[in-house]
Amino acid sequence: MEPRADKKADATLTGLNHRHLLGLSDYSSAEIELILETARQFRDVLDRPIKRVPTLRGITVVNLFFEASTRTRISFELAEKRLSADTVNFSASGSSVSKGETLKDTAQNIEAMKIDMVVLRHSSPGAPHFLTRCVDSVVINAGDGAHEHPTQALLDLMTISELYDSFEGLNVSIVGDILHSRVARSNIHGLLTLGANVTICGPKPLIPVELDKISESGNLRITNNLDEALEGCDTAMALRIQMERQGRALFPSNREYHEQFGIKVEHMNRYQDLMVMHPGPVNRGVELASEVVDHERAVILNQVTNGVAVRMAVLYLLSGQGSEG
Amino acid sequence: MEPNDVIKAQLMDARDLERTLNRMARQIVEMFALDDTESVSFGLVGMQTRGVHLARRLQSIIAEVDGISVPLGILDATMYRDDFRMRLKQPEVKETKIDFDVDGRHLVLVDDVLFTGRTVRAGLDALTDLGRPASVHFLVIVDRGLRELPIKADFVGRRVPTLPGEEVRVRVNELDDQEGVWLVEYPEPHNANNPQ
Repeated sequence: MEPRADKKADATLTGLNHRHLLGLSDYSSAEIELILETARQFRDVLDRPIKRVPTLRGITVVNLFFEASTRTRISFELAEKRLSADTVNFSASGSSVSKGETLKDTAQNIEAMKIDMVVLRHSSPGAPHFLTRCVDSVVINAGDGAHEHPTQALLDLMTISELYDSFEGLNVSIVGDILHSRVARSNIHGLLTLGANVTICGPKPLIPVELDKISESGNLRITNNLDEALEGCDTAMALRIQMERQGRALFPSNREYHEQFGIKVEHMNRYQDLMVMHPGPVNRGVELASEVVDHERAVILNQVTNGVAVRMAVLYLLSGQGSEG
Repeated sequence: MEPNDVIKAQLMDARDLERTLNRMARQIVEMFALDDTESVSFGLVGMQTRGVHLARRLQSIIAEVDGISVPLGILDATMYRDDFRMRLKQPEVKETKIDFDVDGRHLVLVDDVLFTGRTVRAGLDALTDLGRPASVHFLVIVDRGLRELPIKADFVGRRVPTLPGEEVRVRVNELDDQEGVWLVEYPEPHNANNPQ
């Protein structure tokens, strides 16, 4: 208790400096730490007999999902319900969008029904940024194309923070389809901001060229060899091969991908301290061998639980900034 | 003190505070007729932040003087506050940690200052979500009056009638590098970002 209190006094950050959560690229380490610390307190609520607090009573949150999502949508919805917010779910299929309505019109119409916060999942990068210019509500990005997925990265960071004392000097490897991954992008920003060393590993066509620029800054390393990425690594995040985004053939086959980049039991044996994470849903036998998914050093289900806590923290911290007008 | 505080009077020094805590520890032991078995039917609950340290002092006084160890929990009522819409930034959510079962237990909720009564109201809601205590009593070092809810304290260190523009600051060594109770003038009107 005591040392924590002292640490807090140094940071002296009592609120976020942002009105929205669009990505982690412009969040400071103090802001990310505040979200993680708040999430730890909300995490405790999930273990109580009554898993609900009245914190956001009277706040209305709309979950605007223009793209298929199970885990993220349920996680947000649970987080909202645990905080006693009123929630409305909107999915693009079977809605006015299929009748040709634009994102702007959809959002403005929903806002006209007096809401406070919007959680947006959209296939276009920058859609949540655009939305902040059309509506007054607080906007939370739940994934925009291949750009960012900040709450996923935050839950990953929270899961890592439960395993180690500090991010400073921690070695985290992100393995897989970096090019299509908003999870990777948000994690790279978050991890570097908190002082971790990040190694990116994947087939060359799945590594975005823009990363070469960041890697010159020092703490980011790129490799196409899995063993190079796992040697001396504390935590490895395997990313899902996004079958639905694989229009073109960027690697020969799932089996060959697994051979070269899949984390297998032999890796778990070779690297005795290696922890494994995956944002889900897992393609067993592709990114991770089935035995690795169920391995005691895989913390995939902790990630899912922490997802609810982190989303509660984000909703809570941003909810105070709703009524500017 | 807070940066803009203008000190009007010192209400207690470190020795006064110690005496007050000693007296309240006696009252608790007497009221609940505590004996060695009370680690099952009694508990102290400190409200974040200073109430936690005050509860810890009471716990150690009872341990030293009476040789009884009573369990101590920590309660943060932030998630249960009612001033949600009045704030620009959300207050920090601090730790809640009650390792004992609150069901059927007599609890003493400990805080530094009783003012509007809204914090205790939130604290009671938070406690109720954790279980069904046999009873909840409320202990404060200073009751400064000006209640906005029908709430009273069962153990009061000192009653100090105050004005709305004033604040009572309880300071403890563990957090503040000074110890005692002060009455200060708070230059800005009392607002929701500065609750007691």
